[in-house]
Amino acid sequence: MLRKTGIPTSDDLQSVTPDKERLLEGPVAIIECFNEIPCDPCFYSCPFKAIKKFSDINDKPELDYSKCTGCGNCIASCPGLAIFVVDYTKNRLSLPYEFLPLPSVGDKVWGLNRAGKSICQVEVIKVRDPDKNDKTAVISIKLPKKYLMEVRHIKVGDPNE
Amino acid sequence: MILLINTDLLVIGGGPAGMTAALKAAKKGAEVIIVERYHELGGQLIKQTHRFFGSKNEQAGTRGIDIAQGLTKEIQNMSEIKVLTEATAQGYYEDKIVTVSYQNKFRKIRAKRIIIATGASEKMMLFLNNDLPGVYGAGAIQTLMNLYGILPGKKVIMVGSGNIGLIVSYQLLQAGVEVKAVIEADSEIGGYLVHASKIRRIGVPIYTGYSVKSAIGESFVKGAEIIKLDRNWQMIAGTERFIKADTICLAVGLRPLVSLLIQADCAMAYVPELGGDVPIRDENLKTTNDQIFVAGDAAGIEEATAAMLEGEIAGLKAATEIGYLSKDAITESRRLKKELRKLRNGPISRNIRKGLSKVRGDDNVKKNRYSHLR
Repeated sequence: MLRKTGIPTSDDLQSVTPDKERLLEGPVAIIECFNEIPCDPCFYSCPFKAIKKFSDINDKPELDYSKCTGCGNCIASCPGLAIFVVDYTKNRLSLPYEFLPLPSVGDKVWGLNRAGKSICQVEVIKVRDPDKNDKTAVISIKLPKKYLMEVRHIKVGDPNE
Repeated sequence: MILLINTDLLVIGGGPAGMTAALKAAKKGAEVIIVERYHELGGQLIKQTHRFFGSKNEQAGTRGIDIAQGLTKEIQNMSEIKVLTEATAQGYYEDKIVTVSYQNKFRKIRAKRIIIATGASEKMMLFLNNDLPGVYGAGAIQTLMNLYGILPGKKVIMVGSGNIGLIVSYQLLQAGVEVKAVIEADSEIGGYLVHASKIRRIGVPIYTGYSVKSAIGESFVKGAEIIKLDRNWQMIAGTERFIKADTICLAVGLRPLVSLLIQADCAMAYVPELGGDVPIRDENLKTTNDQIFVAGDAAGIEEATAAMLEGEIAGLKAATEIGYLSKDAITESRRLKKELRKLRNGPISRNIRKGLSKVRGDDNVKKNRYSHLR
């Protein structure tokens, strides 16, 4: 249970995941924000107005999957680092990353699931760290399709260390 | 020689609440002195390397360290504000004068209004060997690590899963420290779930319903014995387990620093939801002492965003009362109060709202309770 372990349950995740058709269409943001906290920067970060305007700042974000292009602008805007972009057409996942040193394109790193367990090796295909992201890098990785909704963090080096 | 300084507004504490209070009042024309104990302004903000929550309009998404820098720069550019750093307010006297120790001298400051924004102190926790070297408060670890670049240890047990415990765990991980576990006495995680998920996916287990029974070690921490708690937070014998670590970090809550308010005879109330004894005040943060306002954690433990808004509200009202009237003051004050209400509107702030409802009236006030402190 999320409130006891910090790990979202499949029910939690279902509430923020688009249907299979939308997933197969192309990149889309998954906003893993499950409690009502006073926070709204994601709304301002979306150039396509796909995140609904907050009527109460404590509302959970609501994403219109049909408007979301998966551009990933929201990823680094989230103070909770809770936004990811999955792309089933390219087996690609983009995630926020605030550890040094940053990995380089081509690096093989470990993909960690929501419980912090290394579950597969992944390849870094893009590292975005522009000034406007204010030190929250966005890392894109290539990984087996079945892990797209599982991997949520990466670890450089030996996972058994 | 004891120097007497006269000013319009004295702000005690240069953290988020004190800085916004000073700026707001100065922009209305008031002459302000900020008294800050540390050698730079910013309070807790200068250790907060993470992005802030809240409204985009109130700096959400910005890191605490950058908020502190921005406000400090703004203050330095205001000729109306004089900042005394490494200055400690020592007492409030019956003739409405505050004494301050500054540069090895005892100063007296007489101000038309005073805003007390002294913040909070960390709570301690009772367990066996809690005085063993290696047992730290979360604030100390943040100071060592984020200000001075010194690691407190290599393997840390975090006690408390409120936002501070979760955030400091994350900062420790960023610094390359292993966080062995987060221990939480309650049956659920106290802080924002996004913070919890963030450290969980890095591999840090969170044990809810557990507490520390004892710190293990002869001359320094070598680990902790943790134990399961029942629903009434009583230890369940036989459930002890040992976790190896060289550091135990306590993030078990904060208590408002209110000694000056008590000394100034402000009516107080004990409000657990706000962290302890807090002053009774009106919607402008004015206490029952007509000269004194309160803002930030000294008024009740909350996030820095709320502290900054409280500072602005108090600063604006103080400036008006001193005589710096502005046409838009009423609309501005209304807007700030609305922002603050919006921020506190969610389920996460239920306790804050409950606590605040107790400091508006005189119901809980026990005036004489504090007389021995004066």
